[in-house]
Amino acid sequence: MSTILALLETRDGKLRPASQEVLGAARTLADARSGRVVALVTESAGDADASLGGFGADEVLVASGERHSPDGAAATAARVARETSAEVVLLAATVRGRDLQGRIAALLDTGFASDCTAVDPESLVWTRPVYGGRAVAKVRVVGPVAVASLRGNHFPVVRREAEAEVKEIAPEPGQAHVVTVEAKQSARPDVAEAARVIAGGRGMGGPENWHLLERIADAVPGMALGASRAVVDAGWRPHSEQVGQTGKTVSPELYVAAGISGAIQHLAGMNSSKVIVAINRDPEAPIFQHATYGIVGDVNEVLPALAEELEKQDLQ
Amino acid sequence: MKILVFVKRVPATTARIRVADGLRMDPEGVEFVLNPYDEFAVEEALRRKEAAGGDATVTAITLGPPEAQKELRTVLAMGADEAILLTHSDAAFLDAEATAQVLAEQAEQRGPWDLVFFGKQAVDRDQHGVGPSVATRLGMPCLSEIVELEIADGKATARREVEGASETLEAPLPCAFTCQKGLNEPRYASLKGIMAAKRKPLETVQVDLPPAKVEVVELAPPPPRPPGRIVGEGAAAVPELVRALREEAKVL
Ligand SMILES: Cc1cc2nc3c(=O)[nH]c(=O)nc-3n(C[C@H](O)[C@H](O)[C@H](O)COP(=O)(O)OP(=O)(O)OC[C@H]3O[C@@H](n4cnc5c(N)ncnc54)[C@H](O)[C@@H]3O)c2cc1C
Ligand SMILES: Nc1ncnc2c1ncn2[C@@H]1O[C@H](COP(=O)(O)O)[C@@H](O)[C@H]1O
Repeated sequence: MSTILALLETRDGKLRPASQEVLGAARTLADARSGRVVALVTESAGDADASLGGFGADEVLVASGERHSPDGAAATAARVARETSAEVVLLAATVRGRDLQGRIAALLDTGFASDCTAVDPESLVWTRPVYGGRAVAKVRVVGPVAVASLRGNHFPVVRREAEAEVKEIAPEPGQAHVVTVEAKQSARPDVAEAARVIAGGRGMGGPENWHLLERIADAVPGMALGASRAVVDAGWRPHSEQVGQTGKTVSPELYVAAGISGAIQHLAGMNSSKVIVAINRDPEAPIFQHATYGIVGDVNEVLPALAEELEKQDLQ
Repeated sequence: MKILVFVKRVPATTARIRVADGLRMDPEGVEFVLNPYDEFAVEEALRRKEAAGGDATVTAITLGPPEAQKELRTVLAMGADEAILLTHSDAAFLDAEATAQVLAEQAEQRGPWDLVFFGKQAVDRDQHGVGPSVATRLGMPCLSEIVELEIADGKATARREVEGASETLEAPLPCAFTCQKGLNEPRYASLKGIMAAKRKPLETVQVDLPPAKVEVVELAPPPPRPPGRIVGEGAAAVPELVRALREEAKVL
């Protein structure tokens, strides 16, 4: 029977959002290929372990070392992939996932497909944006196992009534370790993970105007803040919020660009978003060519009106 | 101390990407540059060399077409001591794992290395894989996407930004790193550096390619986005925007 191995990330005993999608995608592949989903967590997932069945896992393997070790986790994943004769190894295209994919492929002497936005369950042809989204490649892994990482917000999360069998296994040792994880204090989700994003550019005028964006983010559930590079380079916002070629790649359901011109390097980070809204006073701004909806206007007028309208809708 | 830095020639981020035969990028008329993330890698390698003093050296290596000489000269002009160009006849079809295999074999033969630097990502195939894969093949620990690095007492301590958190990592030396924006400010090559680079050793080696581990079945322009519309001007357009987001797009 075909095994789809899903390598999952947890933090504070909770499955990370991107990993919920990885399990969902694994379930889809397993169903199409009459296979089973084996979930592997390499850190103590605490309460999460038992709930993984509900997200699509048939079996859960817990190889918890005390601290996350990239080389250790990769070695554990490669060993489990061999032991279960996995056909596919899936992981999230997060910082940790991207760190592991090449290592696992090297250990299994196979290839990998990075940051995929779709997969054909029958042919295992993977779709992935390349050249910063200026082209799209369809690729097939030639080696014995297909290793693939998945871009967030592209694969459905499965919710079902099911229990998975949980088994403890031995983790492989590694040389490198994560010694501290400091979660951001912000109550907002990270821009790379959020299903909704509002991002500001130089057109916002200055960091003192960010309250306009924050008010909107407060009115919309799960909305994160993003920024253009111009804004980050000016020191208005932290680099962790930068979207684009040299920032984060985001792919939310809704991306609102306020006072952002839509330079090609910015588009590289967000042009796979489902719905793009542009607010810009220049009707010729390139962002309008990529926007689903646009408002031509001054952010100082449009954003307060938008905040008010969203608050009226009571979305929270 | 021997430091190795991996660099790649890539299309400029502003270059228009055209697809030649449904399978590969057409390089005709495209401007190529040193991969932006590799600039951080080169800068960090040079700073580590300067901090070590003595007989520390920085070697730059690339696998690419003969034209990649240009990018290697840039790296030499920035301050690297020597460069190695691995060429082959078919750059366009190389996947990350095949690349990593060739690079790791060559690095192994020329090692051992104390510090090894990569960019976090080459902005062509955007794979984020060659660094950790090469390090794995060399049996070295690798700290990836780092924005801060401290090396002391035979140990590397680095910080990276992950989704919603900041992580500190540690590994024993020798160690590999993949470099993210924020790690440093890459220097420009000085005129003196550019002149000096002309006399620095640049070795060219013809290599055989291993069989591809990822087969491209199609390369295409991105699918066109469904046509958008301007809902209106100024604050007056807001109610219609919110209605469209709720009722048409169903994203609120
Ligand atoms: C190698 C490389 C990598 C890069 N990586 C990134 C990256 O990761 N992310 C990124 O974003 N950029 C990146 N860039 C930079 C990119 O080219 C642009 O310079 C940048 O995106 C511009 O940011 P902006 O849109 O905020 O500013 P601008 O281009 O200055 O645009 C400001 C916009 O605001 C509008 N505006 C002004 N005032 C108002 C107002 N009151 N109301 C409404 N609209 C207003 C203007 O009409 C304009 O369209 C990169 C560049 C290079 C060379
Ligand atoms: N052909 C190559 N030659 C030398 N180094 C490379 C090559 N391809 C990738 N690299 C290195 O690996 C990093 C990540 O590349 P990638 O995995 O392709 O995104 C780059 O920033 C380079 O440091």
